[in-house]
Amino acid sequence: MARTGPTSTARRTLLWLAAIIIACTLAVAGGVLAGAASWEPKLGLDLEGGTQMILAPTIEGAGSITGEQLDQAVSIIRQRVDGSGVSESQISTEGGRNVVVSLPGKPTDQQRELIKASANMNFRPVIAATQGPAGAVPEAERTPKDKLPVPTAKPLNASDPNWVDAAVMKDFEAVSCIPPLTDRPTTSDPTKPLVSCQPDSGVKYILGPVEIPGKWISTASYGLQPGAQGATTNEWSVQLTLTKPEGAQAFKDVTQRLHTKYLADPNDPQSRFAIVLDDSVISAPASLAAITDGQSSITGNFTEASAKSLADQLKFGSLPISFEIQSEIQISATLGLQQLEMGVLAGLIGLGLVVIYSLFQYRALGFVTIFSLVIAGILTYLAIILLGWAENYRLSLAGVAGIIVAIGQTADSFIVYFERVRDELRDGRGLVAAVENGWDRAKRTILASKAVNILASLVLYFVSVGSVKGFAFTLGLTAVADLIVVFMFTHPTLQLLARTKFFGEGHAFSGLDPVQLGAVPLYRGAGRFRTPEESMEVAKGKNARAAGEAGRRQTIAERRLAAKEHEMAGSSGAGAAKSTPSDDSKESK
Amino acid sequence: MKSFATFGNELYTGERSYEFIGKRKLWFSIAGIAVLLSILVPLLGGGFNFGIEFRGGSQFTISQVKQTDVTIGEQAVSAAVPGTVAVVTNIAGDTMQVQTDRLSDDQTLKVKDGLKSAYGVTEEQITSTFVGPTWGQDVSRQAIIGFFVFVLLATILMALYFRTWRMSAAAMVGLFVVMVVTAGVYGASNFEVTPSAIIGFLTILSYALYDTVVVFDKIRENTADIGKSTRRTFSEEVNLAVNQTLVRSINTTVVAVLPVASILFIGAMLLGAGTLRDLSLALFIGVIVSTFSTIFVAAPMYAMLREREPELVKQAKAVRQRRAAESAATVEVG
Repeated sequence: MARTGPTSTARRTLLWLAAIIIACTLAVAGGVLAGAASWEPKLGLDLEGGTQMILAPTIEGAGSITGEQLDQAVSIIRQRVDGSGVSESQISTEGGRNVVVSLPGKPTDQQRELIKASANMNFRPVIAATQGPAGAVPEAERTPKDKLPVPTAKPLNASDPNWVDAAVMKDFEAVSCIPPLTDRPTTSDPTKPLVSCQPDSGVKYILGPVEIPGKWISTASYGLQPGAQGATTNEWSVQLTLTKPEGAQAFKDVTQRLHTKYLADPNDPQSRFAIVLDDSVISAPASLAAITDGQSSITGNFTEASAKSLADQLKFGSLPISFEIQSEIQISATLGLQQLEMGVLAGLIGLGLVVIYSLFQYRALGFVTIFSLVIAGILTYLAIILLGWAENYRLSLAGVAGIIVAIGQTADSFIVYFERVRDELRDGRGLVAAVENGWDRAKRTILASKAVNILASLVLYFVSVGSVKGFAFTLGLTAVADLIVVFMFTHPTLQLLARTKFFGEGHAFSGLDPVQLGAVPLYRGAGRFRTPEESMEVAKGKNARAAGEAGRRQTIAERRLAAKEHEMAGSSGAGAAKSTPSDDSKESK
Repeated sequence: MKSFATFGNELYTGERSYEFIGKRKLWFSIAGIAVLLSILVPLLGGGFNFGIEFRGGSQFTISQVKQTDVTIGEQAVSAAVPGTVAVVTNIAGDTMQVQTDRLSDDQTLKVKDGLKSAYGVTEEQITSTFVGPTWGQDVSRQAIIGFFVFVLLATILMALYFRTWRMSAAAMVGLFVVMVVTAGVYGASNFEVTPSAIIGFLTILSYALYDTVVVFDKIRENTADIGKSTRRTFSEEVNLAVNQTLVRSINTTVVAVLPVASILFIGAMLLGAGTLRDLSLALFIGVIVSTFSTIFVAAPMYAMLREREPELVKQAKAVRQRRAAESAATVEVG
């Protein structure tokens, strides 16, 4: 067999496919060796077990919530959940309006409350602060019980050291603001002093009671600080506006008090106030001036990013967003795994049935289907592993169902293709030509129909929520894998097989036997094409060709009679069958 | 196998032909009745049996129980929280499911403890689920938005690909029948409508159009040069295309249904209610209905929409004239 164009193209395509598979496998292997990836797909919550909470945000008073606010809400929840010591939690938004929190294990009542609560942003004055990052004071060095401070009088204002009593002092010494961090509650009493950390600097504080609640923050923005002459400097700052009159008035009182202390000693911690989000200090600026109009500017060593981050935190942290738990589902790992096992078992049985049916229908050609399905399976598996690694994609039960369902749709591409090839054989083409012609036609059909599938999965993925998303994702993934396989494996393989003796000569078990397919040479002289009557004769068996020849010698009248008899014999009759041989070809290009 | 290949050969040449187009009034009537029944039966049968995701409530699942007695669970719940009615079902082998109205956190813990000691299981073998009534509605609301977006985009895609809006219109009629009948059969089966079932319906959406596109592509191919041919009328060409793709339709349906059926039967027998069962039932019905709908509704609908076009009327006339002339010639010869 000479090396023809299609053959070498087919070989090259197969090599490319092999290269893609090997490259993906090596990538995964590299990831596994580096400890970042795993050969097993990451399992979703429903298979791994855990708790999934779907939260609907509600804003007091105001109606809907913007996407930006929702993102902020997610990051607040993430901080809370991570802060409460739950690792590997997944928090995401869903459908542009809900927040989904997935946690391994079960959340405690406390954690549940924490997640539901609205953002807790407020300003507290600093009473005491450590110089730098501070851990817990070692047990031996802690203030002995009898030396613990005892307030001498009722505190005069929020900055008064008289707020520090024995309990607060003990707490202050026990807390660590550097790793290992002490887990802290995040919803404290606003009327009591608070021991808190600033996570980015590790500084530990004792703060007075809340003086400015978050709801008094009107808005916040960031920009370059204007200099003395009105020219902009290179210093980033955050502008804060308080509501009038309550916010501005309260802020005036606070800053006046703190500013007096600042003038006395610029390094006095009591000249500072802390911006506290969920009981954790995000910034503690000193009061450089008494702010009387509710317009304040916070400067410090900000970068653009940190200024933006603080402005966002101020802006959204002040929103009274709280969350309503719409659903809370606890999934036991055993139940999920049981379902997975059954799902895989069902998938294997289904696959087995498909294999048997393909072999029954397409004989040796069925093996091409089976190998194609195997390759599609390998590609899907690699894609899931790689996506799990890169995008933290997790396989859910709905996703497994999507894969099982995809078996049928993937196999359909091959069925469409094989049937087209058979049609071409029926028209009397040789196998090599039939494969090429059939492919040209099948290709269009496959692309158009897969486009519908991919469209469906894209729409479902972007519009829908929760488990529907996972399902849509796998469905789209398998559709793409199917396209790769049919273009890069099934077709090139068939091109090569068409040139083998077994298939090319139409062995009875090849599934492409022209005799069984009732093929009649396409061209037998001017205007002569196969007719229904002929093919019926042809299909009759061993002496098919002779019968076909006899059929061809029939007169038109004989043929019409035969057709009529056929009709009378109980066939449902057919307009299409009445075609006569002298007609032009059905073949239309 | 041999007979099936022969069957395919006969369909391909047109020797064996089923009148999908010619008898369309019959098929449309059957489809109409099916649609009507699909709406009426669930309505008369008390509507859809919406799952807990749509109603809202608390649900407990107890696995590896020693006894599967339903009354144990009912008594445990009413003892824990007096006045609460529980629906206890043995969903699979040794797994019990207890559904109640929405319970408070406290009540949930009490019921859980009660069930734990009643069925003699450990903490790990019992899970509780709380579902707000809006969750299922949210899922379905998004699903409905997805449905319309998809239908719109698919209509445009098909109209562009086939270069005629009539194929899109016919496909959408077929899709409508699929969705209504699938929902109707699902409703009649009295399975719970869960988010999984909704996923199933959405998949059917994709599958039904997929199936229609494959058949319509053959119709497009067969009727591409219809104006130049007097061999068959437009409707006959459409009918031939449906017949020629019939083997593919049968093979595809079998291959698509086999895995789904295996999930459905294994899921239903060994697992009981759950994602897999609800999903696969919707798919099982939908795949079969899709195939029928493409052949008996979408294709005849397309022929009906097109055959009154003046050019095609003219072409049909030419075909009839040629046939009349030929049979006259035959008579003369004979």
